[in-house]
Amino acid sequence: MHRTKVRIVEDALDANNTIASANRADFDRAGVKVVNFMSAPGAGKTTLLERVVTDLPGVRVGVLEGDVEGSMDADRLASLHVPVTQLNTSAGFGGECHLDANMVRSAIPALPLEEIDLLLVENVGNLVCPAEFKIGEDARVMVTAVTEGEDKPLKYPLMFRACELVIVNKIDLLPHLDFDLEKLLYNIDAVHPDVETIVLSARSGQGIDAWRDWLARIAARAPEEAMA
Amino acid sequence: MHELSLSSAIVNTVVKHAADRPVTVVYLRVGALRQVVPDTLDFYFEFVARGTVCEGARLEQELIAARLRCEECDHEWAIEIPAFRCPSCAGSDVTVASGNEFEVESIEVEEAQCIGQR
Repeated sequence: MHRTKVRIVEDALDANNTIASANRADFDRAGVKVVNFMSAPGAGKTTLLERVVTDLPGVRVGVLEGDVEGSMDADRLASLHVPVTQLNTSAGFGGECHLDANMVRSAIPALPLEEIDLLLVENVGNLVCPAEFKIGEDARVMVTAVTEGEDKPLKYPLMFRACELVIVNKIDLLPHLDFDLEKLLYNIDAVHPDVETIVLSARSGQGIDAWRDWLARIAARAPEEAMA
Repeated sequence: MHELSLSSAIVNTVVKHAADRPVTVVYLRVGALRQVVPDTLDFYFEFVARGTVCEGARLEQELIAARLRCEECDHEWAIEIPAFRCPSCAGSDVTVASGNEFEVESIEVEEAQCIGQR
């Protein structure tokens, strides 16, 4: 036996990115825009979806619900009579803490792509791994809640930098918290200068219009070339 | 915690290039912005490598420092803390010159000797 060095120079996530491009091509062909929706557990992703899925005039919305286990979130959204597809990362995937391109690929046959214009993908609640794995989306959004602390962007810069919109949720709780909203916004800007932010409360409805308008803008975006 | 997902990505990449040859070393280039904890990556890599050609392979991690460049004023600088606005002109059109790497640079594999070469 002898040893040989083999030069590779390949991004370890290339395999995922290739599958993501294939997903994107399928979505583009069907004329469906895809938003990858991410946050820590409990930041309010499902409630933010409930708030808008039936209220986007002229846009037919579908949801792909990623969870490690269970269908509680999917059931909540299905009761609003929008098409919801559940993707559990547990059985067969080893309980992954994020969605990757291959999982989403496996779900495509179950998605009613001809019946929808906008697919909202609720990723697994996690501020780390989902930032690494593209799924074939047009846009990435993250939610941070004011109950999480002002320093979150500094601790999870990968996630805050991976998104084109940062939603700050639960501002109805501000009177009860020692929370400095300006400091959070300053930290978001430090990590991702000029990133779009929407400050809102999914519970009270304050600021929800901006979130709905943002989704309507994504749905109206001209189809782009699939990512190379 | 993303080190587990990243370990799987490394092993998948290496398996693709190893052509069934046992791998002894994996040389990896890791940018500082990837927030990878080297010891944690080692730990998961050893675990994920089991049962593949990477089993028992050593993971050599080369850390690449993070450098940013401002497209507005051409200022280039190294960052230690996550502050991505240009310190020179406060511009936001900042690109990552280095620090985003997460690539398998090369691998060392064991080749079976040709018959007659003993």
